[in-house]
Amino acid sequence: MGRAAHLVRRIGWYIGSLMGDNHYDRYLAHRRRHHPGEPVLSERDYWKQRHRAADLNPQGRCC
Amino acid sequence: MATTTSRSEEHSGDITYVRTDPDRPPVAIIDRSPISARHKVIFGVIAVFGAVAWAIVAFARGESVNAVWFVIAAICSYIVGYRFYARLIEMKIVRPRDDHATPAEIFENGTDYMPTDRRVLFGHHFAAIAGAGPLVGPVLATQMGYLPGTIWIIIGAVVAGCVQDYLVLAISTRRRGRSLGQMVRDEFGGFGGTAAILAVLAIMVILLAVLALVVVNALAESPWGVFSIAMTIPIAVFMGLYLRFFRPGRVSEVSLIGVVLLLAAVAGGGWVAETSWGADWFTLSKVTLSWCIIGYGLAASVLPVWLLLAPRDYLSTFMKVGTIALLAVGILIARPVMEAPAVSQFATRADGPVFAGALFPFLFITIACGALSGFHALISSGTTPKLLEKEGQMRLIGYGGMLTESFVAIMALITASIVNQHLYFVINSPGAVTGTSASSAAAYANGLGLSGTPITAEQITAAATDVGERSVISRTGGAPTLALGMSEVLHQVFGGTGMKAFWYHFAIMFEALFILTTVDAGTRVARFMLSDALGNLGGRLTKLRDPSWRIGAWACSLIVVAGWGSILLMGVTDPLGGINTLFPLFGIANQLLAAIALALVTVVVIKKGLLKWAWIPGVPLAWDAAVTLTASWQKIFSADPKIGYWQQHSQYVAARAAGKASFGSAKTPEQIDAVIRNTAVQGTLSIVFAVLVLMVLAVGLLVAVRSVRGGGRPLTEEEPVPSALFAPRGLIPTDAEKEVQRRWDALHT
Repeated sequence: MGRAAHLVRRIGWYIGSLMGDNHYDRYLAHRRRHHPGEPVLSERDYWKQRHRAADLNPQGRCC
Repeated sequence: MATTTSRSEEHSGDITYVRTDPDRPPVAIIDRSPISARHKVIFGVIAVFGAVAWAIVAFARGESVNAVWFVIAAICSYIVGYRFYARLIEMKIVRPRDDHATPAEIFENGTDYMPTDRRVLFGHHFAAIAGAGPLVGPVLATQMGYLPGTIWIIIGAVVAGCVQDYLVLAISTRRRGRSLGQMVRDEFGGFGGTAAILAVLAIMVILLAVLALVVVNALAESPWGVFSIAMTIPIAVFMGLYLRFFRPGRVSEVSLIGVVLLLAAVAGGGWVAETSWGADWFTLSKVTLSWCIIGYGLAASVLPVWLLLAPRDYLSTFMKVGTIALLAVGILIARPVMEAPAVSQFATRADGPVFAGALFPFLFITIACGALSGFHALISSGTTPKLLEKEGQMRLIGYGGMLTESFVAIMALITASIVNQHLYFVINSPGAVTGTSASSAAAYANGLGLSGTPITAEQITAAATDVGERSVISRTGGAPTLALGMSEVLHQVFGGTGMKAFWYHFAIMFEALFILTTVDAGTRVARFMLSDALGNLGGRLTKLRDPSWRIGAWACSLIVVAGWGSILLMGVTDPLGGINTLFPLFGIANQLLAAIALALVTVVVIKKGLLKWAWIPGVPLAWDAAVTLTASWQKIFSADPKIGYWQQHSQYVAARAAGKASFGSAKTPEQIDAVIRNTAVQGTLSIVFAVLVLMVLAVGLLVAVRSVRGGGRPLTEEEPVPSALFAPRGLIPTDAEKEVQRRWDALHT
């Protein structure tokens, strides 16, 4: 039971990391580690900034 | 960041622990332990198993070979290549330093620079490099039988494609994640750099055009396919709005909703295509479809990313990983047998109907992605280094990622080889030879002298009806054949005969989804490259370098779209059949890009003083240059009108001068004019590509010779910065890595 739950959590973590669900948490952790005490973006604004960055620096997709 | 470091080493048997901060756990492990007896046995068994599978694939004749042997031969070769060849490259050339920070660590900002778990980055990198290319090329190459393609896909990946991806990733990571064009400029100087950037731009335009042509050929006159693909646009926009305004960041959730809607669209397409309004609205000609895709590419290039591009990319990633896994499971459960011969009659001739030209060089052009793809160099430089945690992980990401793509290509080859061979040629030969009716197509295929029972007109019609299409005759481009093969595999495992049509359209939908994702992202990337290149010219054009200048964005997007759009329209209206004339250009373009990337890598290896190991990128470079330049030469100078663009051009010019109303495949004077125009464009493009790449290669050779003589431009590697984080190298962490990881975890909690 414990092992199965662990496995499901790991798969959930993998998909979340690949698709982006936990990217905001990752950003918060980064701010805590490197810029403690400084203000952070809200989740909505974080994604706005991500997409603005993607607007200005598009990532290729291969054939 | 401080450049002074208190680097210290601690030895414990064969393992060395490296610290950059005496108060923290080690950031790197140097493991010199020899291979254990257990591993020797395991790899020995894998090697023997692989050799047996290769023997069966290569030498079994007269009886049908099971597809499972291809899977085994491929996987065993990949394991051996990864464990030994990639390791050799790592030890002799790359020499990763895990005590040096990667660009992701140096510039970490929580958004685009972010050290990412190696397994997650593997997924990102794979999703970025793999698309429709490895699915389409092997299908066309099956014209020559399964064996030549299988050998090239597996061996080519291990010694060429993976080496390119891995080494480009390595040199870009040591240069703060610079792009391929910038690196060529830095190492080769301004002239070589400019030629390389122009080549990249021209190559991207032709790649986008041919990929779009594949989609158009798969969707033309297919209301079911057009409906399900058209629905991906409102679905993506819905996902974009959902993420922007309703639940930001819930990407998996919205992707899952998107996939369910997509499956509903595929299922619903069958019903829509049956209704009279559905058939009216969604039965589109090739020309109309081309204009739709051109409009879509333009819109995707100028609209904000969050609205269309990003959500489509989520959908595409989800589908990519899911469908490829589904196909692998399907092949292993259904275990189909090969219908194609090992080596067909067309392997020794130069006049195959699917693509013209002899096995050398044209097989190696037709299968580009999956064995060696220059386009990957654009992902390995720039994109992936920004997310890489440790230099030691580059082998897994760069080399391993390409191995996975090669495996996708093998599955595509299997899928095309299990289709009835008569049917294969009915689908993949141009309309000019098959005629338009089932009986003329059957007569054509039966006249080819293929082995196996001849096909009847009824069987051709039934093959179309089974998958819910009106016709499968001359549906060139590879996608319909692959979809037919996939429906053959998947209906046996999931859903039975009743599901055949669903699986066919599912396969068409996901191929089109991949391609449109490449087309929209590629148009945008090419737009940025163009505005950058023009902006560098100076004067009033400098303003173009500001990407938020809307007029500039529109103008550059229009130029890019006009470039690939005009070639696409030329392809769909080509009286000779667009795919067989344009696909070689696509392959040549992609492989020429690989020549630029491999030349860069080889020069860097020589500049580093590793002349002894320069053969590692040098051999694939020499092979690739031989293949692409021979192919270019034949495309430009061949006296065989089926191969040489200019020979064909002059024949049609002569026909027009003689006042003929029809000539060859051209049935009207307008079609004669079209052939004259198209061959001129294709011939000119061949010359431009070859000349640009020859210039880059010549400069590369010059730089290499100067370097060997002890002079020339210096290497442009950046000063290393000490790393302050730890992460395991390989997929499975070693005991020492687990132990160090525990100490870091204890520090953070």
